[in-house]
This record gives sequence, structure tokens and C-alpha cells, in this order.
Amino acid sequence: MTATTEPRPVQTGAGDPEPSTSFVAATRLVAEREIKSFLRMKGFWIGLGVIVVGLFASAILPTVFGGGQPSVAAVGTQVAGALEGSALEVREVDDLAVAQDLVRSEEVEAAVVPDDSGESATGVRVVALSAPPTDIMAELGTTPPVDLLEAADVSQGERQLVIMVFSLIFVIFAMGGSAIAQSTVTEKQTRIVEILVATVPVRALLSGKIVGHTLLTIGQVIVLAVAAPIALSIGGHEALLTVVVPALGWFVPFLCLGFVLLASIWAVAGSLVSRQEDLSSSMGLVMMLVMGPYFAVLFFSDNAAVMTALSYIPFSAAIAMPVRMFAGEAQVWEALLSLGVLAASVVLIMLLASRIYSGSLLQTGGKVALKNAWSQAS
Amino acid sequence: MLTVSTISRSFGEHRVLDDVSFEVKPGRMTGFLGANGSGKTTTMRIILGVLAANGGTVTWHGKPVTQPVRQRFGYMPEERGLYPKMKVGEQIAWFGQLHGLPAERAKSNAEHLLEQLELGERAGDKLEDLSLGNQQRAQVAAALVHDPALLILDEPFSGLDPIAVDTVLRVLRERAASGVPVLFSSHQLALVERLCDDLVILSGGRIAASGGREELRTRYGTVRYELVVDSDTGWLRDVPGVRVVSMDGPRAVFELAGDNGARTDQQVLRAALERGEVRGFTPVAPSLEEIFKEAI
Repeated sequence: MTATTEPRPVQTGAGDPEPSTSFVAATRLVAEREIKSFLRMKGFWIGLGVIVVGLFASAILPTVFGGGQPSVAAVGTQVAGALEGSALEVREVDDLAVAQDLVRSEEVEAAVVPDDSGESATGVRVVALSAPPTDIMAELGTTPPVDLLEAADVSQGERQLVIMVFSLIFVIFAMGGSAIAQSTVTEKQTRIVEILVATVPVRALLSGKIVGHTLLTIGQVIVLAVAAPIALSIGGHEALLTVVVPALGWFVPFLCLGFVLLASIWAVAGSLVSRQEDLSSSMGLVMMLVMGPYFAVLFFSDNAAVMTALSYIPFSAAIAMPVRMFAGEAQVWEALLSLGVLAASVVLIMLLASRIYSGSLLQTGGKVALKNAWSQAS
Repeated sequence: MLTVSTISRSFGEHRVLDDVSFEVKPGRMTGFLGANGSGKTTTMRIILGVLAANGGTVTWHGKPVTQPVRQRFGYMPEERGLYPKMKVGEQIAWFGQLHGLPAERAKSNAEHLLEQLELGERAGDKLEDLSLGNQQRAQVAAALVHDPALLILDEPFSGLDPIAVDTVLRVLRERAASGVPVLFSSHQLALVERLCDDLVILSGGRIAASGGREELRTRYGTVRYELVVDSDTGWLRDVPGVRVVSMDGPRAVFELAGDNGARTDQQVLRAALERGEVRGFTPVAPSLEEIFKEAI
């Protein structure tokens, strides 16, 4: 480093055991840098904080502000009269059918109906949608027998909520992949890329970025996977919790693989342009690959055939399959098969992406055509 | 030693480099000269593997330059840039590691180098908070941090103030003195003249001249003489074999025609002494600018 340094490798020639960076070491260094620079950004922590707070809010707030007193439908004046004075909002109805409709449409949490079979000590039984309403039961004193209208473990409303939360989280992370595009363009725009390419293999740059951002995403997903059950149990959704936890087990691997699939495409989107200002033009397609499946799953969540198809298509599988697993509509082997399809597409897309990335990384000025980038690499 | 042999490169129909060969020798500063668009940057990018040559080879100690070999080169590209939001010291150390240094050594090298480049106090600042001149110094540090076996610097002095030029120059000289071959391009001919041991002059994608600085001087530049006497120098115009370049009363600059210059200069001196006192008689070496103009 100074004039007094030992003789430099000039005298020793090529091929001697000088320190050198292997592919793996280079990938690690690039990944480390990406992660460090992200962890230092305020925006990163704010974003994660907003998601966690949102999760807790959506789980807890409905319970807190859920219309005050729980509402019940009471069949007949006798039952209605008995319920007076309790902390329940009582709607008196004429017969059982009307009461059941109200429960199904979730206008009331449960119905209290007269019971003369002798099964009930208090002479009433409770009709609820999918889970025994613990708060109402507590008001009734002696626990009455409960009839559930739907065999499903989760109510329609809860199901929709979970699907929305799953897809929303996926979209948030998938769009977060645009950071890879950003970081690639930064390197192109500042021309650091020349030093990088002269130093380490281009593929190590690409894999380092993907590894770094995937680790960041996995870290955040783990935070959410831990936070979600806590939020649900604080919010009193124990019944929901028992079905969400196994679904989370599927959601996490699907989300991670889905992220890697998109990550390499984000990197290509970044490598095709030379300036931040032009980034939006190449990011459009990737955004479609993220938002398309999101809306498809939201719109078709009730359509079993479409959902089955979506759960095998690589880009939508990451949302559709965990949702099907959650709804109890898919077998374990289906999830594994879909995971396999997803993994295979990850490998294929990464191979294609690394070629295009190599071909376009050093081309500056204007937008690089895909065809051009492809042939440049050969 | 870096050997570039017969490399060529075309962009579309346009041939940018044509049969370019030269050497960069250990311990010597080699100046790389040429007009804009003459192919200097293209040549450097080919040496660094950033660009592929259409033909020809680049070898390091007789072996082809591959990725592990190239990793030990230090490169300062023409278009500068480091990570704007990364701290300077951390960034330089990171580049050291990327070039294969263990983390500890990368860190100590970075600290030492920033100290040498008088940037030590700014090591904890983000790069984007530095002035352009200081960013340029950081760029030099990024090229040197891993104790490179070869240095390729594209216009390392552009954008530096004279003091910074001296600082960077001192650091580069140290490297060269320790045996590292240094190839650098520059538009500032006076600077190259002061700095380089060897020259490679590129013109229109071809080598116009290459060799030691003194060798090129004698080959391309005509040696001139300056004569200072007490009286008038008008008589010089009539001496056979003398071509007067400029004349101002008692002072004249002239060239000697033909290949008998070595003998004629003494004849001119004698003639001057016969006419009166001689205050000065000095051979004037041609400037690089003249060699440059002559060669291309």
C-alpha cells in the first residue's frame, strides 16, 4: 500500500494462491451489502412497522369497536323477555327460520331459540354460524347446547379477511422486490457496475442481489408469521387461529419461492434501463405479474375451478395455493406439487434472467431491448 | 507485465480499435494518450474484461487474463461512480473484500489509503456528502484498496485541483515504485509529461507511437536550441543547415536540419562566440504536445 510494502504480485505471476473471491464469496458480499444498506433505511423499518401495526389493528379493532354489545336473535317473546337485562342486543323474531337467516347473513352473532327437548337446563339452545359464541354463552349463565349452521371452521367473513390479508402481504413483498430493480439501476447509473463487472462474475452480482433481498423478505415474513397468531389471540379469534396457523405454514414457503421467482425478473427490469427515471417503463410488466394474480385470487376466491388453475400457475400459485389450503379445498399433495412447479419455474426463470441481465448490464444509454440483451450475452 | 497484442474491436460498422499492441511494464508509469474517440477507453475496458475484443489477446505474465487474475487488477473507469448512500470508509473496505481481501485487511487498507489521500476525516460520511473532488479521491482509493497487481486508470486526474493532483500523484508513484505497472490515460499532456516513463499514443484506433518517453522524444521531436547572446542574432538566418523558429533580438530558437545536427550545433556555438559573448546555449527538448502532434 505504500512504497515500503512487500513486493506486490507483479513479481509472482498469475495463478498463485493470492487472495481471490470465489463465486460464493462474491455472492455473499453483494448480498451483505444489499441487506446492510436496506437495514439502514428508515423507510424499510417504517414499512415493516406499518404492516405489523395494520395486522394487529385488523385483528383487534373489530373486537374492540365491533358494535358494542354482541347481538342475538331471540325466537319468541318468552326467550326475548328472558334475555332482557343481559349485556346483549336482542332482536326478537317470530320463528327459527328467520333467526337462522340472520345468523347466516351475519347480522347477528347467534340466535337463542326455545328448547323443549330437555337437553338444555335453561330451556334454550344457541344457534351460531361456525363457532360457539363465547361472549354470548357467558351472558346466558348455564352453558346451553349449541347448534352450528355451517360445517366450515371459519365464517365467510373471516375467510375473506384472511384471503385479503394473505394476498395483500404477498403483494407488499412482491412489490418490495422492485428494490432489486432500483439497486441495479443505481449501479448502472453511477457506473459502479464497470468496477463490479471487472471484479466479480455478473452472475454473482445477480445471485447476491436475489439472495440478499430474499433473506430480507424471509426475515420480515417471519416477523409477520410470529405477529399474526399473537394478534389473532389478542383479538379473541381463537377459532380462526387454529386454521390460520397451519395455513401460515404453507404461506411462508410459497411466499418465499414466489418472491425469488419475481426477484430475478425485477433484476432484469432494472438492468434494461440506464436511469432511475426510465425505470417505470420496464417495471410495468413485472407489476402486472404481481398485481394480476392478486386481483385474480380476490375476484375468483369463490370459484373452485379457477382457483385450482391459479394454484398451479407459477405467478399466482404463491397466493392461490395457500388460500386453498386455508379454505381446506386442497390436499397436501396438491400443495407439494404446486410448490414443485414453482421451484422448477424459479430455476428456469433465473437461468433466463441471468443471461438477459449479463447482456444488458453494461449497455448504457436508453432502454435495452430484450432481444438485444439476449444476443449480447452469447 | 501486461501485454496487449493485436486487439481489435468494432461497434457495428465502425472499427474502434485496429490491431492495437503494447506493453505495460512493471514499476513504470505508462501514459496512454490519444484524441477523444481514439479508442483509449475501449482498450482499457477490454483489458478489464468489461468489453470483449473481436480479435487479439490480453495476457498477464504471458497467461490469458481470466476472472481470478483480473480480480487483482485495480480499475478506475472513465465514468466515475460509487454507491452514493454508502459511507466512504465502509465502501472502500467493501471493494477490498470484493477483490478478495480478508475483512480485517480490507478495513486497515481502506483506513490507511484514505489517510494517504487526505480523506481520513471523511471516512464516516456518505459518499454523496463529499465534494466532487473528494469523491474522485475516494474513487482512486477504491481502485487501490486491494494492493492491485496492475493499475488501469482512465483519466485519473480530471476534476482534481492541483493540490489533489499532487496527492494522487504521490500515491500512484509509490505504487509504481513498488513494482506495479500503471497504465493511465489523460488529456493533460503537461501532467503526463511530468509523470510517465513510457508512452502509448493512440490515433484513430491504431497505435501511432509507443515506447519510452525519451526514446519517443528523439524519434519524433526535433531537438531545438536556444541561443542567448549580447548583441543581435540575425546572422543565424544565413548559417546553412539552421532553421530559425523564433528570433527576438539577442535571443533565438532554432532547429538543425539534416542528420548532422550533433556536429552543426557546435559549429553554431563557435560562430556565436566569434561574434561576441554567449550568455546561453541550451538544447530544448520537445514537449509531449509536440511529440503528440507529430505522432498522430
